[in-house]
Amino acid sequence: MSRFLIEIRVTPRKGILDPQGKAIHHALHSLGWSTVDDVRVGKAIHLELEADDADAARSEAEAMCRKLLANPVTEDFELLQVEEAGA
Amino acid sequence: MKAAVVTFPGSNCDHDLYHAVKAVGGEPHFVWHRDRGLDGVDVVLLSGGFSYGDYLRAGAIARFSPIMDDVLAFARAGGPVAGICNGFQVLCEAGLLPGALIRNASLKFQSENVRIRVERTDTVFTADYTEGQVLQIPSAHAEGNYRADAETIERLEGEGRVLFRYVDATGEASDAGNPNGSVANVAGIVDEGGRVMGMMPHPERAMDDLLGSRDGRGFFTSLLSAFAGSAA
Repeated sequence: MSRFLIEIRVTPRKGILDPQGKAIHHALHSLGWSTVDDVRVGKAIHLELEADDADAARSEAEAMCRKLLANPVTEDFELLQVEEAGA
Repeated sequence: MKAAVVTFPGSNCDHDLYHAVKAVGGEPHFVWHRDRGLDGVDVVLLSGGFSYGDYLRAGAIARFSPIMDDVLAFARAGGPVAGICNGFQVLCEAGLLPGALIRNASLKFQSENVRIRVERTDTVFTADYTEGQVLQIPSAHAEGNYRADAETIERLEGEGRVLFRYVDATGEASDAGNPNGSVANVAGIVDEGGRVMGMMPHPERAMDDLLGSRDGRGFFTSLLSAFAGSAA
């Protein structure tokens, strides 16, 4: 077993209203960054877990996303990084 | 009517629900989320509050509390389950109701009296109201913006499963009457069988003129009438 560091990104699904993104978009425009067309806000979740190998770690993390970490009605998830700790 | 009022860590309307059930002559009892067993219960009520601090997503962690296995079994056996505010969020996360509740479009915690229209009265939750009746009910939430994909919304509308809709002073389901940006002004829905219900506003806070409205009483008297045979 090895220890893996996993970074998960959860974002509001396309077409789902993102009120936080809208507020930040508005603030950026107020500050003069009128070039910003759109802002979406998600969250990053960092996990440390034990697994046999990177594939096993990845599939465990995906299962966690499907069951708890993301709500498929409103959110998409993506595993940004799966790396062995201290490797 | 024997009502189980479920308390999660962070629930804060459980005592209001207990009081409301008692006020109409029902028999409430609290069930801690780690306890098991709903034998002999007529109705399960999931209260408002901030279960598990609403960390991750509102209702996402509470949905895996031990009592929820019993709530799911109770609902599948046809037992009526009502989730109010955080309880609605828990029922959506648990998959007992479709859709999800996201941050209010205003980005604010909206705490105000809202108007909701009773869209159907053939449920155990609304039998004592009249169709089209407009209720004044307090609402207090940051994440009550109901969302579902277009297909789901079409199905909900087609099957008449929108139980309550936010309306304005003229009784119309307009943007002006919508406190959180919910699609189709949805304030409450039911499942296919009409026995599992979720709503964001708080009928348990509208039980007495002293509180500004007694329009919530009908919700509890409806349940009481449905289960009069097993009254205390």
